[in-house]
Amino acid sequence: MSPAALLPLFLAQVGPNIRLDPRTRILLGVVLGILATGYFVGRALRRQPESTANPAVIRTFNLRIRAWWMMFMVLIAGLILGYVSTVVLFGVISFWALREFITMTPTRRGDHRTLFWTFVIFTPLQYVLVGFGSYMYSVYTVMIPVYASLFIPARVAIAGDPKRFLERVAKIQAGLLICVYCLSHAPAILGLELTDATGTRWTIGTDAADNPIPGSNASVLFFFVLMVQLNDVFQYMWSHLLGKHVIAPQINASRTWEGFIGGALSTMLVGMLLSWATPFGLYWSGPIAGVVALAGFAGSMTMSGIKRDRGVKDYGTLVSGHAGVLDRIDSLCFAAPVFFHLTRFFFSTMA
Amino acid sequence: MNLTAPVLAAIGKLLSGATMRWHECQPDTCQRVYFANHTSHLDALVLWSSLPGEIRDLTRPVAAKDYWSKGRVRPYIARCFNAILIDRDEVKVHQSPVDLMIREIGTKYSLIVFPEGRRNTEDDLQDFKSGLYYLSKKRPDLELVPVYIDNVNRVLPRGEFLPVPLLSCITVGAPMWLEPKENKFDFLQRARNAVRRLKDI
Repeated sequence: MSPAALLPLFLAQVGPNIRLDPRTRILLGVVLGILATGYFVGRALRRQPESTANPAVIRTFNLRIRAWWMMFMVLIAGLILGYVSTVVLFGVISFWALREFITMTPTRRGDHRTLFWTFVIFTPLQYVLVGFGSYMYSVYTVMIPVYASLFIPARVAIAGDPKRFLERVAKIQAGLLICVYCLSHAPAILGLELTDATGTRWTIGTDAADNPIPGSNASVLFFFVLMVQLNDVFQYMWSHLLGKHVIAPQINASRTWEGFIGGALSTMLVGMLLSWATPFGLYWSGPIAGVVALAGFAGSMTMSGIKRDRGVKDYGTLVSGHAGVLDRIDSLCFAAPVFFHLTRFFFSTMA
Repeated sequence: MNLTAPVLAAIGKLLSGATMRWHECQPDTCQRVYFANHTSHLDALVLWSSLPGEIRDLTRPVAAKDYWSKGRVRPYIARCFNAILIDRDEVKVHQSPVDLMIREIGTKYSLIVFPEGRRNTEDDLQDFKSGLYYLSKKRPDLELVPVYIDNVNRVLPRGEFLPVPLLSCITVGAPMWLEPKENKFDFLQRARNAVRRLKDI
């Protein structure tokens, strides 16, 4: 198919799926309300005398609230500007996360050309493919896990340095897979033709002329990001309230079974409360939120493992004073493909 | 005022994602000699572009004439940097690199030098060339500021021409001076250790 023939398909994807319809706006309002509350609570806490609250906890809290403000502001800006800008936005985030990932993992001189391919070819290519919408699903779903994963060891081999070969290859593959491939499934949600549980097009009531109003993919993406972030908060909260049994002290000393279970249950509950923003319906939005919570938890644990192996606390400290991009999106990376595939398989017309 | 310098600085910053850490030293427009380890062609660009704007305008990297005077692009970039080009192959008696540097900086400019002379491929620093010693003997008022540049050798290793945009880190240490009666060997050793020490901070 020629590129000219692809253009209409591409433009069709840009269209109606990401309208900020009334439900999306309500969801946005809820998020901004929570964030505003968090902001004022944080400010109030900071003014408290030091004896009443742990200053380190307050500082973490304020930093997190600030990071979420940025995250949601950027996401809203992207959605207002359209599909392509949202994809570009996630592409930039991926790029930065990969940068942090590779900076932290030692590579050898012989990996230079391979890294150039990874940064300059594979990362943009993945997002260009996602930009074409679900039409390109069969390509963007295999490009990195199959072709890039085969290309990387071959290119490293050609560079001619056999020392710790498998280890070096695995590092680059893991970075590309987690930071780029996985995260690219989040904007890919915008390209789906959503249906409800019965397989009919997802609509949210009818307009004045009795035409059905289709639901907006933007609200589903928003729902997803919100679930992942809230799950982080709930886990942290439950760990502080009840946490006794640390899951893997050497990997992450603050993740407890109580936090994990409490967090997942709370996320499921909120997911059900927000089911009106999704095509999942009341019954399925709970389990889906639960799976997202599970995947997000797995992501945080995995990234903690990598960080401990490299002996750094946060990806950001390596680079500057604050926590890096990868620290904020680790759970998002793992949850994105799971959420995308569940939505695509059960709640969309698989074009 | 040409526009290329700020643009070049922005590219340098973007490419290297450099974080500047002023460790035991604050940015200042006084005359200084920043001396750093040398692992990549980008070192000078990255260090120069990471300096705050008003200091950057007063800071001139010292670069090798044989590399930076070839072709059309390199001399142009060297001019944007306001670089001082040093002839590495031919050192004349009355035209020694140190004399040239002192003449060029006057009482206004600071310098960026790489006393290892050539780009390093080993993990440890090479021995420093004696230029730094003679420079500070002739101009004892210059502050000598050690700088450690980390990770730029991964952005653009020796022998490569396409940079990979990783994140790098620049650490600036406490200024030092030539002590009275300190001999050349001791001084160069002390300077080298000052740079090496920043590696672990």
